[in-house]
Amino acid sequence: MATLDIRLKKVNKIYKEGDVVAGLVVVNSKGECQHQGINLTVDGLVNLQLSAKSVGVFEAFYNSLKPIQLLQYPLEIAKPGRLPSGKTEIPFEVPLKPKTGKTLYETYHGVFVNIQYMIRVEMKRSLLNKDLQKQCEFIIEYKTQEEKAKPKPVPFTITPETLVGVKDKESIPRFKVRGKLESSCIQIAQPLKGELIVEHCESAIKSIEIQLVRVETCGCAEGYAKDATEIQNIQMADGDVGRNMAIPIYMIFPRLFTCPTLSTNNFKIDFEVNVVIIFHDDHLVTENFPIKLMRF
Amino acid sequence: MASYEWYASPRNYELEKAEKALQSQPAASHPLKGITVTEIKQVDSRGTPARETKPAPKREFVDPLSSGDPLGADGAISLAFEGADPLSRFAAEAEPLGRARSSSEKKKDVISPDGLDESFEPWSSKKAGILAKYTTSEKLSITTSFLSASDKEKVVIKTQHHAATVTDKVKNRLEQLDDFEEGSVKEMMNLSQQDYVKRIEELNQALVTAWEQDQRVKSLKIAIQCSKLLADISVIHFYPSKFVLITEILDTFGRLVYDRLLEKAQYIPPGSTKPVRLPSNFTPADVPESAKETCRNWFFKIASIRELIPRLYVECAILKSYSFLTSGEYADALKRVALMTRGIGDPLVAVYARCYLCRVGIQVAPSIRDHVLPCFDDFLGSFVQVQNDSVQNILAAQKMEMPLYLTLFSPALDWILQCLAHKASDALLNTTLEKCKQDCNNALLLNSIMSAFHPQFIANRATFFTEMIRECEDTGFPKHLLQQSLGRCLVVAETPEDQKLAVLSEVWKSVIKLKNPADYISCAEVWIEFVVKHFGKREVNKILADVIKHMTPDRAFEDHYPRLQSIVSKILTHMKDFSQLFSLDKFLPFLDMFQRDAIKVEVCKNVLEAFGKHQVETVNDPVVINAMMFLCKTVHDSVNALTLEDEKRVIAALLCGFIAGVSFGRDFEQQLSFYVEARGSFSNLDPVLVTLIQSVNRLSIDTRQVVKGNHSRKTAAFVRACAAYTFITIPSLQSVYSQLQLYLVCGQVALLNQCFSQADAFFKATISRIPELPVVLDTEGKVRSTEPLLVEFISNFVSTLVATPDSPEAGVLYLLRGLLNVLQDYTWDQSSDARVTVYTRVLAALSAYSQEEYPYHVDKVDANDAMYGGDPKFLAEVKGVADTLTTQILAHLKSLSAPEMEKRKTALAFDLLTSVIAHSDMSNTAMCTLAANLWGLVQRTGQADTKAMARLGSYIRSKASSGAKGFRELAAQTKIEV
Repeated sequence: MATLDIRLKKVNKIYKEGDVVAGLVVVNSKGECQHQGINLTVDGLVNLQLSAKSVGVFEAFYNSLKPIQLLQYPLEIAKPGRLPSGKTEIPFEVPLKPKTGKTLYETYHGVFVNIQYMIRVEMKRSLLNKDLQKQCEFIIEYKTQEEKAKPKPVPFTITPETLVGVKDKESIPRFKVRGKLESSCIQIAQPLKGELIVEHCESAIKSIEIQLVRVETCGCAEGYAKDATEIQNIQMADGDVGRNMAIPIYMIFPRLFTCPTLSTNNFKIDFEVNVVIIFHDDHLVTENFPIKLMRF
Repeated sequence: MASYEWYASPRNYELEKAEKALQSQPAASHPLKGITVTEIKQVDSRGTPARETKPAPKREFVDPLSSGDPLGADGAISLAFEGADPLSRFAAEAEPLGRARSSSEKKKDVISPDGLDESFEPWSSKKAGILAKYTTSEKLSITTSFLSASDKEKVVIKTQHHAATVTDKVKNRLEQLDDFEEGSVKEMMNLSQQDYVKRIEELNQALVTAWEQDQRVKSLKIAIQCSKLLADISVIHFYPSKFVLITEILDTFGRLVYDRLLEKAQYIPPGSTKPVRLPSNFTPADVPESAKETCRNWFFKIASIRELIPRLYVECAILKSYSFLTSGEYADALKRVALMTRGIGDPLVAVYARCYLCRVGIQVAPSIRDHVLPCFDDFLGSFVQVQNDSVQNILAAQKMEMPLYLTLFSPALDWILQCLAHKASDALLNTTLEKCKQDCNNALLLNSIMSAFHPQFIANRATFFTEMIRECEDTGFPKHLLQQSLGRCLVVAETPEDQKLAVLSEVWKSVIKLKNPADYISCAEVWIEFVVKHFGKREVNKILADVIKHMTPDRAFEDHYPRLQSIVSKILTHMKDFSQLFSLDKFLPFLDMFQRDAIKVEVCKNVLEAFGKHQVETVNDPVVINAMMFLCKTVHDSVNALTLEDEKRVIAALLCGFIAGVSFGRDFEQQLSFYVEARGSFSNLDPVLVTLIQSVNRLSIDTRQVVKGNHSRKTAAFVRACAAYTFITIPSLQSVYSQLQLYLVCGQVALLNQCFSQADAFFKATISRIPELPVVLDTEGKVRSTEPLLVEFISNFVSTLVATPDSPEAGVLYLLRGLLNVLQDYTWDQSSDARVTVYTRVLAALSAYSQEEYPYHVDKVDANDAMYGGDPKFLAEVKGVADTLTTQILAHLKSLSAPEMEKRKTALAFDLLTSVIAHSDMSNTAMCTLAANLWGLVQRTGQADTKAMARLGSYIRSKASSGAKGFRELAAQTKIEV
């Protein structure tokens, strides 16, 4: 019985365009191992999917969009032959160059959009034995970006008057929450910072939360589909907080699930932040802030 | 029965002594000192060889066993374990083991090397106090998914192993996190406090087990669930204890994460091929990338915890691991988390979260204090929330009073302030104080400040604090607690001279107004120490009078004995002069408040102990003696049939200490009358009576010394009175053996004081008491036969008799005869030969009797040698007795014919043989034959000690060769070659 493994030299598996992905293919075998060649492929794909909500179930099923290939690099790392018993390490190096006309977007795991980079190794074997396969994801980050993040403070005030889409304004307790986000244009490696002050509030507050939302837009034949889904929800305040105290807003962007804001011909990835104030009676007030994430 | 005879050899003791005496030489150095020096060298050479060159002989006599001392003398060495004695070295080695086991010890160890000295009270010492103080009888509930080990966990783990890609893994973990947030969580209701504590301990165990089984996600989940419990204030009174229990788990978790990262962060140093652990003072640059990545993952994971309180606590718990990432991270992270606490709505939960932050902060980076002040300021800012509706509702729902609620804040606030105040500049403390005064002049806060800030700081501003106490608004926090805290500070620190009186009068004014006796006495208990320390007896007396006044109505003192006791012990520690103590006219009335017998006795014992400890000089002040007599009598009278043996011993020791401490100097008569009084009062305790008897004996000897042996009529009468005292006291002793010994000693003393008839009476009494000696003696639970004691005693007694002159009214040797008669009738143990041993001793004494001059004399007392002057009739009497004894001894030897008695027989025969050779006249053929026969007997059985035989043989040989009469024949008969 033989096993296949991929070991990358970089522990964090983060690469940039133009880097060389170097590593080892490790074959562990309990006896001599005969094979029909070992192949390695480096792939980069954008998978797009339409949500059933925005285009309907059938369209979603049929119109699933064709994946966009950003990178493909096949490589034969061993000719058909035999491997000795025990551990065999086969080193490999693959330069990261996008296909012509494409750029290597940053790795992103979303709901309707997925940007993923994989290394696949396959060991072909004779008819009697199953082929062995192993895959390993690696992560791409931008090397440079023309646009740099620059602080754009976003002050905000939330009162019953600023709310939109409320039918019965009378039933809302009187409150005033003031605050600011330090910037709406943020480096992805830096936390989202800001503060929030409850100046006054008639009703007791149960919780104040900050919600990170992704907005994914996919273009398709009939136009485009835009969907917003929650990535994470971080509680800033628990219980009826003190009035006139600056409560910090602090959120670290999760890796993989966020990437620099991206806009291409076929799809778009945007992020938004919601400040959610939940009152004691479970009524809640939300204020939405679009944000722009940058690598640099 | 054949009769034997005894011929004593004439001896000249003076000459023998001169012959045997060794040549004396002046010594150059103290022999014991020399030995000590070599001992020290041995101790040293075990560890630090360099120190061998030290000029050790210069040292004073040092107990080699307390090796701490010689080491301490060298200062720097005390750091190294090598020089310490092996036991403490073992202890030091064992410590790492213990550290690995218990987390609490670990914590202590982590704190200490970081430059926090003893002045910083570690958390571990506070824990127990909090756990003991904040308890509840209400039912608690716990929400967790870990206590009932569901098989689900296993399934999850399985899938994790198969997870292939990074995404899969992440997804899987997130699923697990979701899993516990939604399903599988069970709430356990109706737990008693014990159950609750047990469950939490189980969780702790579960966490460690999960970690050891490489289920890191599960451990994280446990940590998160635990910290979630801290958001729950449903049983508010238990909250501080809950905090202690749960943060313990979090500490464990943080430690596990840190240790794991440290293990992972092994690196290969240049020039080596083996991976090495990071040094303890590593920098982030040393940490390999893989460990950093793992560490970052931890922080990313924690940053994504949805709820505020778990996120905050868990981040605090693993804060220490920031040291793997960047060096300056602590300060930033601490500050950031400090701000995060503002998001906690409940003031109690918030203050404890801040407390935990400060605790972690002081542990990982004791030098960083930037976060503490914001914490404190935030607390001040949020304190108004206590008056909020939500808090009031909670209190109402749990039927809790505001003052009680406020005391719940104390432990956390104390800790924060302690962190703030430790080694802080006075300026910072001043500003803090000002802030408190301005922002919320609150009793709770003031109390915490007083308990956290350095007492000296408080003491320097004592008057200022009294004003603050007076002025602070009453939010329900009891003011008497403030007075107590202030008192505690002032007792430890030095209050400026000019403020002392002002402070005392200010405080006492308000203390007097306290209506509740419990509140009053708890203040008085603290403040009495201040008064005793800094003021004279007038003030102490006043306070005592006031306490009596407050405690007497409704017999309030009955409920507060422990505090009253503590007042007494505080007075005793600081008032070391007993004449001053008893001149307080309220002290004895104060003691009268202890009306329950057991406690009264306890207090009296304390006083007596203090007397023994502090009263170095002897007393003769009648006030002190009277008062002490009264106390002693109380203690003495508490002894009854049910009193434990140990208790009796303690009491007896205390009473003896007092008796020994009383001295009237040259006024012997008053001293004696004191002893008479003491005897009247303390008749129940043997040891006390023994002390009294011995004291009187000493008095008698002292008298003799003063007159240099030449008694005047008056002194003679006095020493007779002393003898009379002892004579009538001895019979009241319980133990016959003590009686015997004391009779003998008293007899000796009487003899020395030339009180012949008294001495005679003592000796007669001794002889008459011997038959009453019990066969066995029960000492400390061990039963042992009195026979060896008796043999020793009689030997001593007989020796004394040698120097005792016969009474003119009685016959020759009537005391010795009396003794022998008693011994004849004494029921000896059948299996022992004690009687014969005694007879052999008496034989030796009789030999001394037959000399012209006796080996020793009592000063100024003529013994029988002078009385009879070697009268043949007297000598014949002596010989007659000796003959009888010899006959009896030999008869006994003959009776030991059975083979199993061979050994006993040999021993006795050898004993007799030595006596014969030493004391009897060898030139007499009968004696010579006897000796030869005995020698033959001893030789024949072959059971004798061969070395002793050889020695005896060489003695005979030397005697024979020096031409002593009869020894040549003896040598011939015993076939010893000359």
